[in-house]
Amino acid sequence: MPKLEIDGQEVEVANGTNLVQAAEQLGTEVPHYCYHPGLPVAGNCRMCLVEIEKMPKLQIACNTRANEGMVVHTKSDRVLRARESVLEFLLVNHPIDCPICDQAGECKLQDYYMDHDRQESRIPLESKVSKGKAIDIGPMIMLDQERCILCTRCTRFLDEVTGTSELGIFERGNHCQIDLFPGVMLDNPYSGNVADICPVGALTNKDFRFRTRVWYLESTPSVCPGCATGCNIDIHHRSGEVFRYRPRHNPDVNSYWMCDEGRLSYKRYQGEGRLLQPVQRAGEDWQPIAWDAAVGRFVDVLKGDKRIAGVISAQSSNEEIFLFDQLVREQLSGQVAGHSWSPEGASSDELLIDGDKNPNTAGLTELGLTLDARKIIDSALAGEIDTLVLYGTDLTQVCTVEEIAELGDKLDAAIVLDLRYGPSLEIADLVLPIASYAEIEGSFINRQRRCQVLGRSMEPTGHSWPGWQLLTKVAGSLGAPSHDSASAVFERIADKHAAFRGLTLAGLAGLGAPLGGATSGDG
Amino acid sequence: MSEKILLRHEDVANLRELDVYVSDGGYATALRVLKEREPEDIIEEVKASGLRGRGGAGFPTGMKWGFLPKDNPLRYLCVNADESEPGTFKDRQILEHNPHLLLESMVLAAYAIKCHKAYIYIRGEFAQGAKILEEAVREAVAGGHLGEDIYGTGFDLDVVVHRGAGAYICGEETGLIESLEGKRAYPRVKPPFPAVYGVFGAPTIVNNVETLCCVRPILERGAQWFKTIGPEKSPGPKLYCVSGHVERPGVYELPMGTNLRELIYDHCGGIPGGKKLKAVIPGGSSVPIFTADEIDVNMDFDSIAAAGSLLGSCGTIVMNEDTCMVRALRIIARFYRHESCGQCTPCREGTGWLERLMIGLEDGGANDRDVDLLMQVADNMMGNTVCVLADAAAMPTKSFVTKFRSEFEEHLQHGGCPQRSAEAMRASAHA
Ligand SMILES: Cc1cc2nc3c(=O)[nH]c(=O)nc-3n(C[C@H](O)[C@H](O)[C@H](O)COP(=O)(O)O)c2cc1C
Ligand code: SF4
Ligand code: SF4
Ligand code: SF4
Ligand code: FES
Repeated sequence: MPKLEIDGQEVEVANGTNLVQAAEQLGTEVPHYCYHPGLPVAGNCRMCLVEIEKMPKLQIACNTRANEGMVVHTKSDRVLRARESVLEFLLVNHPIDCPICDQAGECKLQDYYMDHDRQESRIPLESKVSKGKAIDIGPMIMLDQERCILCTRCTRFLDEVTGTSELGIFERGNHCQIDLFPGVMLDNPYSGNVADICPVGALTNKDFRFRTRVWYLESTPSVCPGCATGCNIDIHHRSGEVFRYRPRHNPDVNSYWMCDEGRLSYKRYQGEGRLLQPVQRAGEDWQPIAWDAAVGRFVDVLKGDKRIAGVISAQSSNEEIFLFDQLVREQLSGQVAGHSWSPEGASSDELLIDGDKNPNTAGLTELGLTLDARKIIDSALAGEIDTLVLYGTDLTQVCTVEEIAELGDKLDAAIVLDLRYGPSLEIADLVLPIASYAEIEGSFINRQRRCQVLGRSMEPTGHSWPGWQLLTKVAGSLGAPSHDSASAVFERIADKHAAFRGLTLAGLAGLGAPLGGATSGDG
Repeated sequence: MSEKILLRHEDVANLRELDVYVSDGGYATALRVLKEREPEDIIEEVKASGLRGRGGAGFPTGMKWGFLPKDNPLRYLCVNADESEPGTFKDRQILEHNPHLLLESMVLAAYAIKCHKAYIYIRGEFAQGAKILEEAVREAVAGGHLGEDIYGTGFDLDVVVHRGAGAYICGEETGLIESLEGKRAYPRVKPPFPAVYGVFGAPTIVNNVETLCCVRPILERGAQWFKTIGPEKSPGPKLYCVSGHVERPGVYELPMGTNLRELIYDHCGGIPGGKKLKAVIPGGSSVPIFTADEIDVNMDFDSIAAAGSLLGSCGTIVMNEDTCMVRALRIIARFYRHESCGQCTPCREGTGWLERLMIGLEDGGANDRDVDLLMQVADNMMGNTVCVLADAAAMPTKSFVTKFRSEFEEHLQHGGCPQRSAEAMRASAHA
């Protein structure tokens, strides 16, 4: 653990820490472009030059290990002058497209120019080297070669992380440019990451381009719902609309990355098809019904000596699963099954992508549910069930269209709690809209048995309710103690299930934590 | 020095052929050393000889060999035969006319550093040299001087001739290594240095052709003999490449520390046409220039450094009084802009900027502040990059502007080169 001094402050760092990281520990940013903690060091941008006592030349902080007794200056005159000159060099051939550049507002060239340069241009505009603009290089990414500062973050990512090497640098000197190798496109399943790590507007995300200015966006930490890996993300949103996901660093889960499929999965949770208010069946038609009345009707259907069964999907949060199980199994002595479905031939690989396209299959099993939804359908088809409650469950994933019609005949009542319109509504008597995972507090458990927290990015869509709130209300009406927050529900989970013991939602914020014990504990 | 060591082929016809080389005493040293001496002993002898690298930096060769980590049995020797520094054409003489001197020296060096695989990275354009080398390697293998179990001593050395990728930066030792590995010749950030992390990640020694070719003579005649040639701190025979305005341009083998004035006026016959000398670049285009008044200097690493320039690759470029210094610097600037690998920001952008300023000065269109700007850009490029190509572009710029400032100012005031008509200027820009 070497101790060193940076700008007059002492700091002790782990062995092998570089000077960018060491300064960061003191809250000091050493400006940098090419350095990225998830990639091998390139040392080419020369932005991170710092002064180290007893060394005649300035040294790059990214490639210098912190050593015992080092005395480092990150703000000396020499350092500031070097930084200013690197910035001036970077701008020699830069197009300064800021007004039409998607990166504006989160551009390191803009930021550092404002912080460290601000000198007048000494380069005549007409003498700039021109290169390619708006080049379509793959399904996710557009390339602007003029804006590129040749930091090689993208090529290092493609060489070292995906191993696909689609991009390279061509030509020499100030004619250097990033381009595709002949005959390939940038179409690997992780291509979106290059736009995240590109410090400027050279690589932009096609899905996001020109949809909003980044300074209008709010950011909420959460977890990708795309598969059982549970990559940590930030949800970037504005007035109830998600604009993009950005991977958030978690060394134990996804490092700095996420897959393209997950990145685009936000689209499934918004826009067309979301259920906006409770409705009940009125013959062939649907009739809107107020929430109080809807909850009352739900409670009525459940009351009495009925044979009740429920199915809840692995898209639901732990809190919803727990309350659902409590309600149907404990309170109403019904049967419950979890439902975890992925399409035939779902993508998967060794890096991040899991073939289980549900974010919380592990939550179902940890909370003691079986994954046998079909058994419940079979009982219902056999006429052994009066009331079926479907929570986020698409029946076509468990039975045929004919069977769905048959279920309609066999059941006394079917209640559907869901985000969006789907085939299950066919048999529903009452439909209650619930909020998406981005609209609630809660948690998922990933394939590593790691419990991770969802951030509530926005208000529930339309008149939908957070599922936990609906379930606790119904359970309360039937005489169970109710909960006033998702955290309170989580506390109950921790009481009842040994694997969750000691955890709290607040405590899990950030990186989450592994569940205790090797298997689920059902207390 | 009358006896030629490195250019012995000038005295012995057909030395390139193995038979001739052997009958001239060739490979006798390798045979003796491999049979009789220990590797550590060879490193000591090379250290004692005071041999310093001829590739440009003058780093003590024996000390470099000593940096190899002791524990790693896999290591490589790389011969830097990329020779691309403008004004430099010495290694080529050896490669094309005396290849066995290099191969024998490589056997000795490889034996000393316990390496069994050596690469000769030869400049891509040296097609003839590559052919000659390959033939020499074949002959040497057939003759038992290279390959497996050399002279029955159990020592193996496989030599691969690798043709370069056609860029100046492939001569920078870590760019060379990357290029040898099949990648773009991007110089590596150091540390780690090649002696620790070189070719394919294994410890590697990179030496210039001329440097290595001193090894056989040192082991043949002893470190003490070597030290008698030239100054004590940079001894040995040296190849001087002289080009430009001299009567007899060419490669001269003379003792290290030969006086620059003597080199130009005695050995090369002075300036043709009775013209006056204007300036000399002593060590290849990358080093600061000397004015005619500054040439009373001995051509060895320390003396030239003391005089404010560098011995570099010993490419001595002589310019007479008619030379336009703005034009000369513009040509140099174009070279570095074209050859910057483009990796580091100050070099990639700075070399282009320098050239652009030079075009403005020579062709017209320059701004009043551009002469100062040249100095400032050069200052900002220096010392802040992965390799020293940025410095190599900045140093001549600074010295040209400093020493010939009035000529630059004159161009500025005249709105272009005063010596030439606009027509000629345009023609030359496209030349
Ligand atoms: C831009 C650049 C180009 C170089 N080109 C050559 C070259 O063509 N030949 C050479 O021997 N050394 C060249 N060098 C020097 C090498 O990096 C290295 O110092 C040398 O090969 C070491 O050998 P030595 O110790 O025998 O001198 C170059 C250095 C730089 C920075
Ligand atoms: S990359 Fe940055 S500096 Fe360049 S045009 Fe875009 S926002 Fe502006
Ligand atoms: S495209 Fe972006 S990430 Fe890639 S080298 Fe250019 S600036 Fe860096
Ligand atoms: S200094 Fe120039 S040539 Fe050397 S690595 Fe940097 S960009 Fe390449
Ligand atoms: S961040 Fe260190 S050189 Fe680029």
